Amino acid sequence: MRKDEFWEGVRGGFPIMLAASPFGALFGALAVDNGFTIADAVFMSATVYAGASQMVGIELFGNNVQPWLVVLSVFAVNFRHVLYSASIAKHVRHFTLVQKFFAFFLLVDPQYAETEKRGERGLPVTFPWYLGFGLVIYFPWIFNTLLGAIFGQLIGDPKAIGLDVLLPIYFLGLVMGFRKRDRFLPIVAVSAVASVAGMHFVGSPWHVSIGALAGILLAACLPPAETVTTTPVAIEKEA
Amino acid sequence: MDPQHLNLIYLIIAAAVATFITRIGGYVLITQMKQIPPRLESALNAVPAAVLTTLVAPAFVYGGFDVAVSMFVAFAIALGLNLSTLRMLVIGWVVVMLIRHLVL
Repeated sequence: MRKDEFWEGVRGGFPIMLAASPFGALFGALAVDNGFTIADAVFMSATVYAGASQMVGIELFGNNVQPWLVVLSVFAVNFRHVLYSASIAKHVRHFTLVQKFFAFFLLVDPQYAETEKRGERGLPVTFPWYLGFGLVIYFPWIFNTLLGAIFGQLIGDPKAIGLDVLLPIYFLGLVMGFRKRDRFLPIVAVSAVASVAGMHFVGSPWHVSIGALAGILLAACLPPAETVTTTPVAIEKEA
Repeated sequence: MDPQHLNLIYLIIAAAVATFITRIGGYVLITQMKQIPPRLESALNAVPAAVLTTLVAPAFVYGGFDVAVSMFVAFAIALGLNLSTLRMLVIGWVVVMLIRHLVL
């Protein structure tokens, strides 16, 4: 029974693993391009395990941003997980402490979405199911990072094969994924203008904190939207 | 291991700890707090878009003609056809390669 649940989770996570694989490889290649060794890239995928924030991390590291700001940015990009873990609390309360430790470590966007969906349908959210779903995404993520990093090591000039354009477009795609959120356009407009101004007048890497702060302050100052929700507003696609 | 590389290892560990804190944070907080103040929630909701935009806008403005064009084309097509991020990346990559190897 427990084994069946594990494999049910594996089957559920399999298509998500396939979708995330190119991003694992992309991360590996870009990490090496930004001054990581292959081992560093694999280590980051295995310990941080959050695609978008890993990309942000290597981008800032490559630009010699101060370490505290790199960590803060990783924290900021991953902040949505606070909402996820609050939201699935009701479904995983029966896990043991050790099981919770692993469960929250593996809590990526699709894991959250599936757990929530399963719980709402009244299906049991068991630890074997959760683990099967999580591990079938986790281990290939590390393996694809390794493949990408080895490939990245072989590339001489990343510009000649167009690698340099991938990160900004990737981030642009992530930004667009948030477009259903309240006040999306004003926040993005203010952050865009403030970050370009910050780049121009203060210089990199400060444009990141200046631009981000401007958008966040705007969101806090605008009158609250009519529909105030306590659960996560949107499920963003990881990677 | 040279000190600079050691610093990178520490940086990755710090990033991993920060990420783990966000993943357990909600579970821990939900037992403490009944409701998040609306303004704080609005601010938190704005965090990802605001942070990520700062990585996009300067690249578009200062990245050069080829980068700006490929970003714009990828954006326009992905928005119009509601494409995934992966397809958007492929479009942007094709455009930048065309500009670099055929046009210029």
